[in-house]
Amino acid sequence: MTDEVVLLDFWPSMFGMRVRVALAEKGIDYQYKEQDLKNKNELLLKMNPVHKKIPVLIHNGKPVCESLVIVQYIDEVWNDRSPLLPSDPYQRAKARFWADFVDQKAVYAVGKKLFSTKGEEQEAAKKEFLEIYKTLERELGDKPYFGGETFGFVDIALITFYSWFYVYETFGKFSMETECPKIIAWAKRCLQKESVAKSLPDQKKVYELALELFGLK
Amino acid sequence: MADEVVLLDFWPSMFGMRVRIALAEKGIKYQYKEEDLRHKSELLLKMNPVHKQIPLLIHNGKPVCESLIIVQYIDEVWNHKSPLLPSDPYQRAHARFWADFVDRKVYGVGRKLWATKGEEQEAAKKEFLEIYKTLESELGEKPYFGGETFGFVDLSFVTFYSWFYVYENFGKFSMEAEFPQIVAWVKRCMQKESIANTLPDQKKIYEFVLELKKIFGLE
Repeated sequence: MTDEVVLLDFWPSMFGMRVRVALAEKGIDYQYKEQDLKNKNELLLKMNPVHKKIPVLIHNGKPVCESLVIVQYIDEVWNDRSPLLPSDPYQRAKARFWADFVDQKAVYAVGKKLFSTKGEEQEAAKKEFLEIYKTLERELGDKPYFGGETFGFVDIALITFYSWFYVYETFGKFSMETECPKIIAWAKRCLQKESVAKSLPDQKKVYELALELFGLK
Repeated sequence: MADEVVLLDFWPSMFGMRVRIALAEKGIKYQYKEEDLRHKSELLLKMNPVHKQIPLLIHNGKPVCESLIIVQYIDEVWNHKSPLLPSDPYQRAHARFWADFVDRKVYGVGRKLWATKGEEQEAAKKEFLEIYKTLESELGEKPYFGGETFGFVDLSFVTFYSWFYVYENFGKFSMEAEFPQIVAWVKRCMQKESIANTLPDQKKIYEFVLELKKIFGLE
């Protein structure tokens, strides 16, 4: 029996991108369904009634919600290839900790403040943003990936924000390459992977959309 | 070689309680170290430099942080008894989803209930009731969130029981009247020794909050 895999998503979402990368890493065939978040359809509301958000993975009719929960699910079901989480429980706990750090420190929210606020509020957001990325840079250290020698869970959790770097840099008036060179080197390394390169939208396209979405023209 | 397990914790923390219950469920011996959160120990700062928070599990010298991550770690290392997560990947995803819901929604709204006044408190109460209704409808007719047996979601949520008296008192409502199924579920959980022995008394937590409000000038 073939698996039926559907992904409800929104192309610029860093959270949705995580699932796309995971599915590509595992070589899973799926149907991508673009969602209109201003006009949520019945399927999305039925499959994620609690949060009404994307991404939602629907596997043989059953929904899985929350990007990092979905990525772990994908790793556990399609466990015969390309492991995304380490096999050692301690390494696994470390991976979950850093993926949670990306989500908890609201890498998303602080990025949003960077382009949607001005003056003192924006300055504070910029300071916080750079502190968070410097912490991540320290954790990366000299490793090729957060996961060590191979691309893994933490890399997936963070790399998808790369598509938004141009937005952050333009509004925050700084260069990621100057401020966090190791992160940029790491991102470029990740982009060599087909699963990442074909899942992440172009930075300029995301910038155009951000202008429109948040009325920033 | 015997395992060395240390838990840095703070007695009223619902997050710390989760780890205490998980350790008790697995019958793991450990050393409990109470932290003074206004004077964090060097050990805490060294072992959790990123968040500087409890709970913190130190297993043979290596730190594990974040309560739900610690619980999953405990479940995976001591996997010979009392499974805390389901074995099926879909059920596991479902459990993680609801534990994440508890983390994102339940703590914050409870805090607003006792730490704010007037309109802000009224809004918090409304949100609180909605969140608990969602949880009650997820529980449904099942004995536990996990189904027939106590599991990950039950563990992530039951520790808030110690704080129910605080919420009722400041929110001016009765949990039993608003959420009879949740209260029935809690009483069922409290039959378990691992929980009954772990959860601090509601009145003690209430006194702690009164002290906290004085210290932070929130009266």
